[in-house]
Amino acid sequence: MTTDSEKINNQEGTSEGQNQSLGLSRRSLLKGAGIVGAAAVGSTAASTVMAQDSSSLMSASKPIAAREALEVLTAIEASTLEAFCDCLIPSDENGPGAKEARAVHYIDRSLASHNSSSRHNYMVGLSALNDYCNKTRNKQFSQLSKDLQNSILQAVQANKIEGFAPSAAGFFNMVRGHTIDGTFCDPYYGGNQNFVGWDMVRYPGIRLGASETDVAQGAQLRPNHQSAYDHSTYTKIASNIDTKIGTTGGGDHA
Amino acid sequence: MPKTLAKTDVVIVGMGAAGGVAALPLTNSGLKVIGLEAGGWLSPRDFAPDELRNSSRNWPQSMQKAATEAPTVRATAEDQANQGGHPMMNAVGGTTMHYWAQSWRLNPWDFNVVSATKERYGDHRLPAGTTVEDWPITYDDLEPYYEKVEVTVGISGQAGNVQGEINKEGNIFEGERKSEYPMAALRSSPFTDMMSAAAKKLDWNPFQGPAAITTELYDGRAPCQYHGFCNKGGCHVQAKSSTAVTSIPKAIDTGNLEVVTFARVTNIVTDNNGKVTGVDYIKGNETFFQPADAVLLASYAYENVRLLQLSKSRAFPNGLANNAGQVGRHYLTHHQGSPVMALFPKDLHNWYGLPAQGVAIDEWADDNFDHSDLDFIGGANLWVHTDRKPMSAAKMTTFGEVRSWGSDWKAFIMKNADRTNYAYIQKTTLPYENNYLDLDPVVKDPLGLPVTRITARYGDNEKRITAFSQEKMEQWYLEAGAIKIVKSPPGNAMGASTHAYGGTRMGDNSETNVVDRWGFAHEAPNLGILGASVMGTSGARNPTLTVQALSWRTAEYLANNWRSIVG
Repeated sequence: MTTDSEKINNQEGTSEGQNQSLGLSRRSLLKGAGIVGAAAVGSTAASTVMAQDSSSLMSASKPIAAREALEVLTAIEASTLEAFCDCLIPSDENGPGAKEARAVHYIDRSLASHNSSSRHNYMVGLSALNDYCNKTRNKQFSQLSKDLQNSILQAVQANKIEGFAPSAAGFFNMVRGHTIDGTFCDPYYGGNQNFVGWDMVRYPGIRLGASETDVAQGAQLRPNHQSAYDHSTYTKIASNIDTKIGTTGGGDHA
Repeated sequence: MPKTLAKTDVVIVGMGAAGGVAALPLTNSGLKVIGLEAGGWLSPRDFAPDELRNSSRNWPQSMQKAATEAPTVRATAEDQANQGGHPMMNAVGGTTMHYWAQSWRLNPWDFNVVSATKERYGDHRLPAGTTVEDWPITYDDLEPYYEKVEVTVGISGQAGNVQGEINKEGNIFEGERKSEYPMAALRSSPFTDMMSAAAKKLDWNPFQGPAAITTELYDGRAPCQYHGFCNKGGCHVQAKSSTAVTSIPKAIDTGNLEVVTFARVTNIVTDNNGKVTGVDYIKGNETFFQPADAVLLASYAYENVRLLQLSKSRAFPNGLANNAGQVGRHYLTHHQGSPVMALFPKDLHNWYGLPAQGVAIDEWADDNFDHSDLDFIGGANLWVHTDRKPMSAAKMTTFGEVRSWGSDWKAFIMKNADRTNYAYIQKTTLPYENNYLDLDPVVKDPLGLPVTRITARYGDNEKRITAFSQEKMEQWYLEAGAIKIVKSPPGNAMGASTHAYGGTRMGDNSETNVVDRWGFAHEAPNLGILGASVMGTSGARNPTLTVQALSWRTAEYLANNWRSIVG
């Protein structure tokens, strides 16, 4: 299921032009990452899409407007963060960056789960960033030029702006770490969309085994573009479909 | 009042690396054993090849008992103690589920640091303030137990000294072994081959390190597939020789071991004569008293010490087995930090390596080299391994070439993600007078019980070994063609560590040690203590195999001397 919708996604992901005019966040929503990312985390919205008509999905030839909500961030926080992440890992002449990887989508979801203890610092930090931009430039961070954004972030990293939690530098480092996570993690978590992060560093992808020949090829090894959870043994329903590697007996481990 | 359960012969607190091994000789001898484990069972299906899950989400450790009782840490008694993380695992198999699985024997010198140093260099060479003692046993005493564990759980490696015959493919400095490893070492890789060649040019003796990982079909378990998610993850094919897939199932098969999961032990109970009578534990919302003729305490070093300190009674007003005031003393954590990082001008092909698939240099460890003109004793084992993952690659140092973000940074990591390596350098660490564990006066766990407070810092001896070993490591990397090197500075405070030692040290002198040479408390003879908390020195290598050999020895001694121990 995931693999099929991924194929669709990959196809749609290549039709850059038709979404270009819709603006960054809109575009990245429509790029269909929602289907893979959301389906993988079992989001209601995505399963609704699946349930409605999976056969039409398989043969889809135009973008599907999957329903996808922000889970934790507000709209302004998300657009601020989108601009922030784009400075950290830019989309540039060397190819896609945090934007295409959908790092913000990852962060938003992670703040509802394993990064929930960082929610407060995101709220405080992103508003401090916009407060500073409003005060000095009369605009939100996301509305400033890339050059200006970069120099402001340099000041944040150097701890020269106030109002952050726990500190400007601490906030910067936290966002940097989470942006890297969201760009290079397993796509299951809603980032590293279309494996752009793994391709960026020429990581050939997770494998359940690596032969000496595989290793010797290094980055020449063909990327397999698989999530860990494309392997059924690691999914919720695995006990029904794969008993080779799982526990014996299928019952209680004890 | 706790509900009193039917009496058993032995209760083991903790079914991890230590307790999971000890259960086997006990149950084999016919004793009835109940293993209380704070975590649950995990299966290969729980260990997906998922870097985020292992490294950032910290699954499943982040949800466990240990995470709610992480120790507080301070360097000295004058500092504020702050709570940090807890690196340990609550699960059947404990940390052997998610560790790197390097499985070393200590070198003979580690057992008699005091007498060997005095003999070779004079009394004045023992660092000021250290409380180090010779172990009450030697390497030769432990050798048969190392072998039992290596064969039973399945250790792969290349011997360097079998019955005096030196093999340069292995560690020429190791103590004499009676036999070869039961399995050949993990395979080398293009990177480790390159590092080995460089070491040989320096006239050093490189060798593949020993690992609790199968390299062939062993005891029904598949060989390692080299996919490389060992670090903080379990094995998807059960090639990692965790006690959960080796000694514990064997002990269960005897019919004499019952494992109770999600059991949180809160108190070791003693009678008025100071004899241990059993343990109290909480499971769900119920409290139970499990009576037993003997108790083996086999949680981690911090929890071993904390449980003793919490278990106050009429016979032991300052905590169990602590009338001499030694519980929590002689604490140390292995100095594993201060790595050396190297940048190479070509890809290293390390995407699929595992941390135990590495090459070691032992020339600069222990007393394997002349310290006459040096200002420290001991040394470091240099270790390079194959393990690269995309998130950690992106988080690497930029060697001062670019700032840590933006287009230049992106170009840097695109080029260099597979061109860096960091060395893992384990250094001799000694116990000191001012380093100890006690109960934190402020911070409590969810049950309202105080957590452990660590007061400890490294001494000059450790810092000098750090500087010395970093230079050797730099020399090795440069010989292999590295173009840039970064050396991390030595730390000060000894934070909570995966290599924590002492607190219930083993020794003949009951005034300075908690347990005797067999691992039983001087003050409570039917209480055995298992784990690195009984170890008085760290050596320059991972502790688990030594912990397991000692555990087997203590358990076997209990079975063989049952009547005299339980009375």
